[in-house]
Amino acid sequence: MSMIQVSNLKKSFGELEVIKDISTAVEPSEVVCVIGPSGSGKSTFLRCLNRLEEISGGHVYIDGADITDPKNNINVIRQKVGMVFQHFNLFPHMTVLENLTLAPVKLGKLKQEAAEKKALGLLDKVGLGAKAKAYPGELSGGQKQRVAIARALAMDPKVMLFDEPTSALDPEMVGDVLGVMKDLAKEGMTMIVVTHEMGFAAEVADRVLFIDGGYIVEENVPNELFGNPQHVRTKAFLSKVL
Amino acid sequence: MDTIIESLPMLWEGLKMTLYIFAIAIVLGFLIGLIMALLRLAPVKVLNWIAKIFVDAIRGTPFIVQLFFIYFGLNSFSWVSLDNVWAGIVTVAINAGAYFAEIIRAGIQSIDKGQTEAARSLGLNQSQNMRYIILPQAFRRMLPTITNQAIISLKDTSLLSIIGVADLTQRGRVIVSATFEPFTIYLALGVMYFIIIYLLSLLSSYLERRFVLR
Ligand SMILES: Nc1ncnc2c1ncn2[C@@H]1O[C@H](COP(=O)(O)OP(=O)(O)O)[C@@H](O)[C@H]1O
Ligand SMILES: [Mg+2]
Repeated sequence: MSMIQVSNLKKSFGELEVIKDISTAVEPSEVVCVIGPSGSGKSTFLRCLNRLEEISGGHVYIDGADITDPKNNINVIRQKVGMVFQHFNLFPHMTVLENLTLAPVKLGKLKQEAAEKKALGLLDKVGLGAKAKAYPGELSGGQKQRVAIARALAMDPKVMLFDEPTSALDPEMVGDVLGVMKDLAKEGMTMIVVTHEMGFAAEVADRVLFIDGGYIVEENVPNELFGNPQHVRTKAFLSKVL
Repeated sequence: MDTIIESLPMLWEGLKMTLYIFAIAIVLGFLIGLIMALLRLAPVKVLNWIAKIFVDAIRGTPFIVQLFFIYFGLNSFSWVSLDNVWAGIVTVAINAGAYFAEIIRAGIQSIDKGQTEAARSLGLNQSQNMRYIILPQAFRRMLPTITNQAIISLKDTSLLSIIGVADLTQRGRVIVSATFEPFTIYLALGVMYFIIIYLLSLLSSYLERRFVLR
């Protein structure tokens, strides 16, 4: 069974049809990168997958569960889907450690002590073990984003969604964040990554989707998509960003 | 000077009454404000309207009219019996509640949408998001405006002397009518109000420093 299955997804904001018809499936441990022009609906696509946006048509299944089926509790489904945002969205009134422990504890997944132990482990993993007691405001952008990744991982998600995780970062910070993401991919995490980092996509992705005009215009393994694009719109886009 | 010293015990009684009314009314008012703010932001039109009508009605009418409406108006029904102290507490609470509702609503709306998105994406439901993420941040941001409203409400309590509540102001009036020394007595009254309000703003800036958003 696919980890994520999307069939005939549609999403409009009022009159504006942002996603017209998208179908795809992501298998366990697969890493899919999503590229496309700005405003083409990449974020919207990602946000439909955990119902941060209500979908206008079609179906999304996470680990077999239809996310819009009223029988399925969306809050439970979301626990399986970690999300990392362009602007981090850390909770500024809590320490780094509290950012990581809040959801597991309040949602009854772990007791406080176990959650802290796990959180410290995750912080070590993203290279920020020393920052547990710091507040988000005391961290650099790159550190914030690594905390945000650790926060999502604290819920033991089956899938991680990344929405341009490095595009708000100073260039010298990008490497650390991509490094953490590469490690995750190696460990077998299922990932969908919206990104402008073509190098990362080429190196880490199993498959790259090029989204434009509300459709997946082209999808392929990175070598083929970057080296031998078929569609004129893909060629035009790649010529601008490569 | 002697007059002041002689009247101190009475003024002290009045001060206690003022603080008693203020303390209860401000807590009730805050709860009313919180509930109204949440109704105003709830995804149900009817609830939004109820909260909006409440807030507009209170903000659009004078405090004294509200006080008379509650003390004389509501008490004219046989099933209502509010003594003047409780009529005063209820009026101050409702009045403050309407202003708190707007302060809290604005505070909640000032928090970046990304906070809710992060919380919900982790699996927290909307009320957990409010409780752990939005309200704690909103309250820090609102503290100065909340203090401001609390100070206004404290000053409003002095109007309760009109319906005979034995608060600080009323005690002062009684003493003046017995001693004919309005200058000293009202000066002393002013100093006492000023001190309480000063302490309130000290408390507020302490809390602000304590809970400053990092
Ligand atoms: N909440 C919203 N309401 C209205 N329009 C939106 C909303 N979110 C996104 N859009 C519009 O949808 C289109 C796609 O946006 P987005 O998914 O953010 O694109 P991308 O991430 O590819 O840059 C844009 O035209 C954007 O203005
Ligand atoms: Mg985007």
